[in-house]
Amino acid sequence: MNRALGLTTLWIGALLCAAPFLLLITTSLMTYEQAMAYPPAFWPSPLTLDNFRKAMGEGALWRWFGNSVLVAVLTVAGQILTGAMAGYAFARMSFRGRDVLFFIVLMTMMVPVQVNLVPLFALVARLGWVDTYQALIIPDLAGAFGIFLFRQWFMGLPKELEDAARLDGCSPWRFFWTVALPTATPAVATLGIFQFLASWNTFMWPLVATHADHLRTLPVGLAAFRASMRETTDWPLLMAATTVAIVPAIIVFLFLQKQFMKGLMDGAVKG
Amino acid sequence: MQPVRHPLRSERIWGLLLASPALFIIGVFSLLPTLASFLIGFTDWDLLGAPKWVGLDNYTSLLADPVFPKVVANTLLFVVLYLVLDLVLALALALALNQKLRGLGFFRTAYFLPVVTSMVAVSIVWEWIFDPRGGALNEVLRWFGGEPVHWLSDPATALPALVVMSVWKSLGTNVVLFLAGLQALPGEVLESAEVDGATGWRRFWHVTLPLLGPTVLLVGILAGIRAFQTFDSVYIMTHGGPRRSTTVIVYWLFQNAFTYFKLGKASALAYMLFAVLAGLTWVQWTLRKRWVHQEQDT
Repeated sequence: MNRALGLTTLWIGALLCAAPFLLLITTSLMTYEQAMAYPPAFWPSPLTLDNFRKAMGEGALWRWFGNSVLVAVLTVAGQILTGAMAGYAFARMSFRGRDVLFFIVLMTMMVPVQVNLVPLFALVARLGWVDTYQALIIPDLAGAFGIFLFRQWFMGLPKELEDAARLDGCSPWRFFWTVALPTATPAVATLGIFQFLASWNTFMWPLVATHADHLRTLPVGLAAFRASMRETTDWPLLMAATTVAIVPAIIVFLFLQKQFMKGLMDGAVKG
Repeated sequence: MQPVRHPLRSERIWGLLLASPALFIIGVFSLLPTLASFLIGFTDWDLLGAPKWVGLDNYTSLLADPVFPKVVANTLLFVVLYLVLDLVLALALALALNQKLRGLGFFRTAYFLPVVTSMVAVSIVWEWIFDPRGGALNEVLRWFGGEPVHWLSDPATALPALVVMSVWKSLGTNVVLFLAGLQALPGEVLESAEVDGATGWRRFWHVTLPLLGPTVLLVGILAGIRAFQTFDSVYIMTHGGPRRSTTVIVYWLFQNAFTYFKLGKASALAYMLFAVLAGLTWVQWTLRKRWVHQEQDT
């Protein structure tokens, strides 16, 4: 492609991608009157932080924020732990039924979440977990993608390492924790950012599993907040709350971009 | 000195032990629901009472439901519009990125911001963009002398509006996948084409695009699978309306399950979707296997 044409295309693309974010931020810094004025203001003047004060002054937003952090941190930790252990077992150990079990795990990756929605809700209801943190966390403590990712990684581990450890009388359990797992930090980072973003942004399951306001995660809370102003929408206030909800995901992404791209390739190309 | 235990015996136990936490969670909260969903599809169940076996009734009543053809048409229209827009734009951006360029990382990051933002947040922002009173899109239209459009409350524009937003949201993913495909193309072929005088548009059309064919198909199938599962944006922005014009399959499934409490019908619908997506996945796997073999043969 012609260089000038290429650069123009790239800039137009970048502007179109950024424009809604720009609108989000400028609107959140406007007064309600400014946003609703005719013709509407493009730039907030005077700049006001009132919307942020008001949004964060509502206890609910912080509660939802805390819930999202809690669920994300625990499911990330869980997925890394269970995924590394299972991935190691599937890659380096021979046990009865290993290949069949791994095949079944891979198959679960293919099933769209909507298929499991009804029975999962029925199960969680039967367990008495509706409107609890368990419902948001426990079903997500392990996943096929994590196992797949760690299996790939551990398959590349040199066999000599294991043999040497075995001669030293090191048990497989100790070897996994002290030798194998510390080599796997790239896989940990990739799975970490994937699961964090998945957890932070997921909507359908927490929408179904929680009804009480104080157990909502950010997406569910935000949706309820938006629905509560159906008649007249206070766009600046809504934009401020939305900004608060997306900032952590963007920060985490900016820090772990490389790992995210790698995981994307692994998932799309191999998975 | 203690006798050395046979390494393989302890491995058998340790292997299962290490895998068991993940297998337990996946078995109970993923595999079991998938199997149960299939069975629930043959029952009449409102969650409170006991499920009653009704055989294929859910499937036949779904097919006879006047809403069903509407939902299928909406879903297919959404998927097709989405694929066309998404693949063309992503390919254009990937081609533009596929050159020695400073600041390549900057563009990639910019394209990825929508991808990592939650669909709920994005839907709310776009609701504001599409707002008939003071929304940014109508303001831009007004500059060009256009009349304001009620994007989300007009049955003619609501679904296309959702498509535009979805393309914006996921474009970055496909740009990166296309870019990887472009960078893996054999450089000699492209260079020899240039020597033969094929440049610009002709080179793209006759050399690059055919070589990129497998990637386009793989990216397209992955994107299609995602588009079939659209839900969050519909729930936030249109509630399936106006006049059911944006009721896509997953939104209808959700309504059947958690608004009408027809869990059997919802599960039957879920398995219909599953069949379509499994078919797409199967096509993807088969094609990929064949292409990998071809590459190894040549």
